[in-house]
Amino acid sequence: MDTALNPNHIRFLLDGALWTLVLSLMAFVGGGLGGFAVAMGRIAPSRIIRIVVTGYVQLVQGTPLLVIMFVTYFGLPTLGFSISPMFAAGLSMTIYVSAYLGEIWRGAIESVPRAQWEAAECLAMSRAQRMFKVILPQAIRIATPPTVGFSVQIIKNTSLASVVGFVELTRAGQLVNNSIFEPFTIYLIVAGLYFCLCFPVSLLSRRLERTGSARARNLEALSA
Amino acid sequence: MILDFTPILARWQMLMDGAWLTIQLAVATTLTGFLLGTLCAVARRSQFRLAAAVAGTYVEAIRNTPFLVQIFLVYFGLSSLGLSLSAVTVAIIALTINVGAYTAEIMRAGFDSIHKGQWEAAETLGLSKVQQYWHVALRPAMERVYPSLSSQFILLMLASSVTSQISTEELTAAANFIQSATYRPFETYLVIALIYVALSLAMRVVFWAISMVIFPRRRRLGTNL
Repeated sequence: MDTALNPNHIRFLLDGALWTLVLSLMAFVGGGLGGFAVAMGRIAPSRIIRIVVTGYVQLVQGTPLLVIMFVTYFGLPTLGFSISPMFAAGLSMTIYVSAYLGEIWRGAIESVPRAQWEAAECLAMSRAQRMFKVILPQAIRIATPPTVGFSVQIIKNTSLASVVGFVELTRAGQLVNNSIFEPFTIYLIVAGLYFCLCFPVSLLSRRLERTGSARARNLEALSA
Repeated sequence: MILDFTPILARWQMLMDGAWLTIQLAVATTLTGFLLGTLCAVARRSQFRLAAAVAGTYVEAIRNTPFLVQIFLVYFGLSSLGLSLSAVTVAIIALTINVGAYTAEIMRAGFDSIHKGQWEAAETLGLSKVQQYWHVALRPAMERVYPSLSSQFILLMLASSVTSQISTEELTAAANFIQSATYRPFETYLVIALIYVALSLAMRVVFWAISMVIFPRRRRLGTNL
């Protein structure tokens, strides 16, 4: 038996990295949709909706993602739902990401100046029109840098899907380690691969933040 | 399927022990992480190129890799060096290294926000670099980034759940044990989720209380800087 690290192991890890990306994408899309609902719910006119959504956010933000994974993967089957590791991981990530992205986006929406709402109302726009035609286009610009920054968290947090047996990068590392037992080398490679996935996104978010704040300064200068 | 919480609540002693270790981990690593992070922030801002580069590399490496992989690296790395440490010690080391990087970025932003005139004034008074940071910059910098700092340390408490993966017997590990003994995973994890929520709310209150003690300006004026 060949017990040294060989190209097949590396290929297996790269496959894992691909699944990490797939899961991150699922989390981003699912969490993005959920997060939009959360952001809308947090600023809804109805008090009950606001309270319920705030409770959801507090609950999710106060619970470790690991525990959310355990609840969905081990908990739901005992309630009679049968789910695959991939579904459990995707669902947990969606729940988790929706709470955080929702709060980021609510902040962005609320930082659009009040006068914009009032002006839109004076033009006799409906609430939906005000939101989609006036507020959101401006809020998206404010929200982009922190959203990209949070994507790094998403990629990193998919590593926790390994505990429910979803074979992404970390789990692939564990599997390779089980066969050749060189943990330090393998986890260094795994960490390096994660770095390659995350660092470009980090750089992008930093650049967006810089241009974003430059634009905010310009706006301030213009309005002064 | 009927939810039944009695077998879980019957093992409350175990949950309390786990929660207590989680609290201890959180408190210990908040202190060590803050210390490490602040030192790294100072190093990143120093004119010594090497110190700045080392601190910068550390911060980027940690912030762009998952904590789960970091804890495995520390766990297996230390044991391959021949050091056999307890799981709790490894957990504390890994959590400190992890949160130190995030704290470094936050504190750097805090120090950067101190007005240039303050630094110049301090220098004119003949204060050394250490004195400038300690007497002039540290407290107002902390005050400005305090909300981010406290959120980061609450995230740290939540991240300590990951240390269950190297068999630290904190709250999540206790839950893993209880669910395998009771076959009631849904109820078990629901209960500890609520305990985590309670812990994070408690931490919020504690951080607020601390801010009232250490930031006299906020106490007097009821407002931030």
